[in-house]
Amino acid sequence: MHNLLQILTGTGSAAGKEMPVKGTLKLAYKLLVNDTAKFSALLLGIIFAVFLMMFVTSMFVGVLNHASATVINIGSTIWIMDPAVQTVSNTVGMPDYVLDAVRSMQGVKYAVPLYSGGGLAKLSDGTYQSVSIIGLDDTSLLGRPELVEGKIEDIYAESGFIAVRDAEFSKLEDPHIGSEFELNDNRGVIVGIAKVATSGLYGTPTLYTTYERAVQYLPNPRYTISYVLVEPKSAADVQRIKQQVEALGYLALTKEEFMQRTADFFVYKTGGGTNMLIMVIISFMVGLSISGQTFYTFILENLERFGALKAIGAKSRDLVGMILFQATFTSFIGYGLGVGLSVLLIWLAKLRLPSYAAMLSFGNLAIGLAMVSIIAGISSYAGIRRVLRIDPFEIFRG
Amino acid sequence: MPRVAIQAKGLVKWFGEGEAKTTALKEVDLEAYFGEMVYIVGPSGSGKTTLLSVLSGILKPDAGSVQVEDIAIWTLDADRLAEFRLNKIGFVFQDFHLFPRLTTAENVAIPLILKKKEWDASVREAEGYLEIVGLKGRAEIPPVKLSGGEQQRVAIARAMVSQPDILIMDEPTASLDGDTGNAILSFVRKNILNENRCIVVVTHDSRIYEFATRILQMEDGRLTRTTEKSAQ
Repeated sequence: MHNLLQILTGTGSAAGKEMPVKGTLKLAYKLLVNDTAKFSALLLGIIFAVFLMMFVTSMFVGVLNHASATVINIGSTIWIMDPAVQTVSNTVGMPDYVLDAVRSMQGVKYAVPLYSGGGLAKLSDGTYQSVSIIGLDDTSLLGRPELVEGKIEDIYAESGFIAVRDAEFSKLEDPHIGSEFELNDNRGVIVGIAKVATSGLYGTPTLYTTYERAVQYLPNPRYTISYVLVEPKSAADVQRIKQQVEALGYLALTKEEFMQRTADFFVYKTGGGTNMLIMVIISFMVGLSISGQTFYTFILENLERFGALKAIGAKSRDLVGMILFQATFTSFIGYGLGVGLSVLLIWLAKLRLPSYAAMLSFGNLAIGLAMVSIIAGISSYAGIRRVLRIDPFEIFRG
Repeated sequence: MPRVAIQAKGLVKWFGEGEAKTTALKEVDLEAYFGEMVYIVGPSGSGKTTLLSVLSGILKPDAGSVQVEDIAIWTLDADRLAEFRLNKIGFVFQDFHLFPRLTTAENVAIPLILKKKEWDASVREAEGYLEIVGLKGRAEIPPVKLSGGEQQRVAIARAMVSQPDILIMDEPTASLDGDTGNAILSFVRKNILNENRCIVVVTHDSRIYEFATRILQMEDGRLTRTTEKSAQ
């Protein structure tokens, strides 16, 4: 803790030589942490607020991440789609000529089709299970997952499918190589087990197969290409490709743009973003009311001491510095503990529920940090106003 | 001829407004010299503490001036006035105002810390002052574990640690029994007072009058009588 104080005050050891901690800040630190009960109450308020905020936003980030699972797992640089597509899961088929047209565009190194859809698998015990089917380009297998069992070329074997070992794997009765199932009365055989970076949002197991087999097995509308995956010749060609695709009447997005488009759908068109915002505001209000009030009470209880310091000869800026330090120190310790608690609980939840969607990102951490900074600012502002108004004569008079 | 430590002229201070307005100081003139221990005595409400606060740079008068050595203190801005109090004045408050969450030595070190002196060196220096006031070995305990007399000694050590020219003591025996009060003031008179220091004490405890070099009687906001005492 002492070292942390030195880091926070910027007066710690330099080149191994111990330097003194600035006295008034150390005084503020001792007045704060030596009042264990009050300091604990302050920390609890911040921890609770940060935990609430982290949990809500991490859940949302996790949902957004899972919603873009296919984009992340396939990993193509450019995705071409119908402009009506809002999320990667809601595909709108494109005619075959789009693929040919894209392949002839300037700046395109290669372009392949991708099928993305859903089906109903009949398992060996006679039950049915919804599955997500990804059909990879037969020639290149672009976007193929990393196999943990089996060989990728077996995907070309008769009725070959690769099952993804993710949180939903068990819903396919924990298949192994050779396990069989039916898909629209067609026989399917598991020829490999894969792992992917992110599992899907909708709680359905994922099967990879070839594009041709996917469109053959699953009932399809007139157009079958879900996406055209494009690799540009160079980064500079991305913009040119996007313009050419737009001229064709379709939409080309980079991987990041497609993830953002998916996220935007959930944030702005499902009410999810509003709910998250409300929860963030509520956690902020909870944190502010608990910590702000406790900190203000702490200041009031120490008003006499601050008055004594003022009478002895402390300048206003010394007192302001002390209060700011106390508020900032408490807030950042509380922030660290709150983040730690969130990480711990998310980790514990994932042990129990592998598909648990919560996920901490730098964005979460930044929002949390901004929130505690505002709480620290408001709390100290109220305290500073009060302390600056103390008349040392009142202290003198007793 | 003793040097003048504090010179106050025409001090006026009032509180409240309209019908509630009361005048606490009425054209008070005062001189205090180095080497003397001046008592300001009088009944409650006579303006003793108000006068002490005005003299020490705590409370601004509505009229008049205070000169401490060559500084007209009420012409200073807030920061310079705080600096003046820190460097020139040592305060012993009526209720001590010690910090219960700090050790005794840390309490004493506060003026040095406010003067931006390094923490550990300040505490070490404070321990020396605790020894002077007879509290050797009590440096590490919090002041709440000390008796009233010992807390008063801590307050005196804190007032002395920055070696001020002027020591201000407000009702120093108010929280102490008679014997302890006598012992404290006797100690101050013998060990703290010297030719380069002026001590101003506000009290209405007649048991400690014997330690004064001069007693100023205050009544209804005016200094009414001066009693010279022989040096002890």
